Amino acid sequence: MAAILGTVLDMRDVAREKNEADAAVAARVRKVDRDQRQTVGLPFVEEPRMICREVNVYYGDKHAIKNVSIDVGKNEVLAMIGPSGCGKSTFLRCLNRMNDTVAGCRVTGEIVLDDLDIYDRKVDVVPLRARVGMVFQKPNPFPKSIFDNVAYGPKIHGLAGSKSELRDIVEGSLKKAGLWNEVSDRLDQPGTGLSGGQQQRLCIARAIAVRPEVILMDEPCSALDPIATATVEDLITELKEQYTIVIVTHNMQQAARVSQRTAYFHLGDLVEVGSTDRIFTNPRHQLTEDYITGRFG
Amino acid sequence: MWCANTVKNMNRHTEDNSRFNEPDGMGATAKVQAGLAARYRKERRFRLFGLAAIAASLLFLVVLLGSIVAKGYTAFWQTQILLDIHFDPAVLDVNNLATANYAALVREATLRLFPQAASRQDQRALAKLVSTGVAYQVQEIVTSKPELIGSIIPIWVVADDEVDMFVKGYIPREVPENERRISDKQAAWIDQLAAAERLRQGFNATFFQAGDSREPELAGIRGAAMGSLFTLAVTLTLSFPIGVAAAVYLEEFAPKNRWTDLVEVNINNLAAIPSIVFGLLGLAVFLDFMHLPRSASLVGGLVLTLMTLPTVIIASRASLKSVPPSIREAALGIGASQVQTIVHHVLPLAMPGMMTGAIIGMARALGETAPLLMIGMVAFIVDIPHSFSDPATALPVQIYLWADSPERAFVERTSAAIMVLLLLLLAMNAAAVLLRNKFERRW
Repeated sequence: MAAILGTVLDMRDVAREKNEADAAVAARVRKVDRDQRQTVGLPFVEEPRMICREVNVYYGDKHAIKNVSIDVGKNEVLAMIGPSGCGKSTFLRCLNRMNDTVAGCRVTGEIVLDDLDIYDRKVDVVPLRARVGMVFQKPNPFPKSIFDNVAYGPKIHGLAGSKSELRDIVEGSLKKAGLWNEVSDRLDQPGTGLSGGQQQRLCIARAIAVRPEVILMDEPCSALDPIATATVEDLITELKEQYTIVIVTHNMQQAARVSQRTAYFHLGDLVEVGSTDRIFTNPRHQLTEDYITGRFG
Repeated sequence: MWCANTVKNMNRHTEDNSRFNEPDGMGATAKVQAGLAARYRKERRFRLFGLAAIAASLLFLVVLLGSIVAKGYTAFWQTQILLDIHFDPAVLDVNNLATANYAALVREATLRLFPQAASRQDQRALAKLVSTGVAYQVQEIVTSKPELIGSIIPIWVVADDEVDMFVKGYIPREVPENERRISDKQAAWIDQLAAAERLRQGFNATFFQAGDSREPELAGIRGAAMGSLFTLAVTLTLSFPIGVAAAVYLEEFAPKNRWTDLVEVNINNLAAIPSIVFGLLGLAVFLDFMHLPRSASLVGGLVLTLMTLPTVIIASRASLKSVPPSIREAALGIGASQVQTIVHHVLPLAMPGMMTGAIIGMARALGETAPLLMIGMVAFIVDIPHSFSDPATALPVQIYLWADSPERAFVERTSAAIMVLLLLLLAMNAAAVLLRNKFERRW
């Protein structure tokens, strides 16, 4: 038991070699008890883009996130799964300080993006959110034209020097989001007139138009039908080449399809982290197994 | 229809499901079936109550509007008399155009129509057939065309209000002579004028062009309408920006604590305070303390601003609240600052609601009388105001003043002014609906 718990220590250097060994150990050893709430698996990676240490989130008196430490690696898709109300969305929203807008929300601990401690007093959230973009659960295009939706971010950040440059950015973003072919002839139409799946891709285009380093996705497909979901999932796989993506999902198949690493949250605790293959084939924590086998959640 | 179909379907179900009956012989479907009629009866009753409420309010509205229109529509016509006025060079001179005795010209013209009226008393009664304002009408004509001096020109002049009332049938002939304000002799003259086609009902342009007057036939709503316009202009330019700014601050920036709660409660209280209290406040602050001009539309506007601000703030806050949080998140999520989020996204989406609130506030301000009484806008003001500091009165105050006047002719003018006010209110509310539809965006 102690040997397994030891893995929560910082072992970034050996993480890769350990991954297979970890899986082997997991196969042999008895599952970690349900009551045990220390993170098992490999929360840390060699090349982290974001480093989170001992993050706690409180909503008033409610302790929503308890002592979560995890890394987000470069150009990987990290999936966060867990039952409703387990805090995965809350944690996601800490990564670009969207929780600042929630009254009574308090965050402690350390979250570092590259070399920037994002909860430092001096950090301005405006450039931070330009670096860490976000896609929300419900497609939320602005009630403006498709063009204006994508152009809004570059405009306010002054990314485009000229109108033609702005057009290039919009076109590029829409192409990356796989929406260009569908909307190129009606950029002046309202973004709200698109179908649900198209709207969500528009929101992704809007997020990547400001050239973020990390994209946070909060259940991006939960309001979409299976076909639109498949399109967005393909898109996530493509975007991984250029961006680091953290995705919250309720859909375990989706996590398995799109992510390289998976983190399982349970009632505010980060219970288990590991490579997606390992988590779904060989969960080491009893709670993880219960969840992925559908015993609850 | 819909009910009947459903019942039919339910019946079919009951037959199909009869084999699932419970031991007590009464299946679930049967129980549903048994209560169904009562349920639908209740629904019908509920709908009927609503319908009855609507019908009652419509009835009252029709009665109210009907009585106003029935009393007031005649005010838009005015009896006129054709007089042959001799621009007598003995009375008129190019040099004395401002001081000449025009009334004498008019009197002379009436005498020429009825030479048989010999006694002074008769002559005075005869002169009373036309309005005292005709002298000014004649003066205007001569002043603009001095070349007319010496000629005899037929002119349609405004009849006296009593004549007007008599012709319109509001002064019945059956009443004994000493109980009506038109003598038998005057009645006879009026009949003769009518027979000679020297009497007509013309459009009452004076009503829309003149200010207030002691003479009903010379009184108009222009002065009051301009006063209302100036007052509303002040109210709108002050209350909309201030109200929106206050709402945006309270809704978007203010921390949620005891102080903001207190402010919110007070704003809601202010919205319910009787408007005359605002009038007293205006009297104390704007007139007694700041020494602003009495009876001025500027002060009226300030007082009505105080009165409409709570309405505007509450409506604006409600429409800010109704902007979906997803839009805010979307803007914040790509790095818009809070002010950018509000200015670029929240305000445009909330604008229709804010404008509706402002227009409804304006409509209330337009119909407000009590606070204006307190700051002296209730005065008898003949001149049409031309600036914010001119003494002025407002439409509802004018209605109040006319309703108080004893002359029979003011009764129809009161109703006519009410009709004009209602039309303005209708137009403003229609504008509110149009603006909302035009600027409303779906998301």
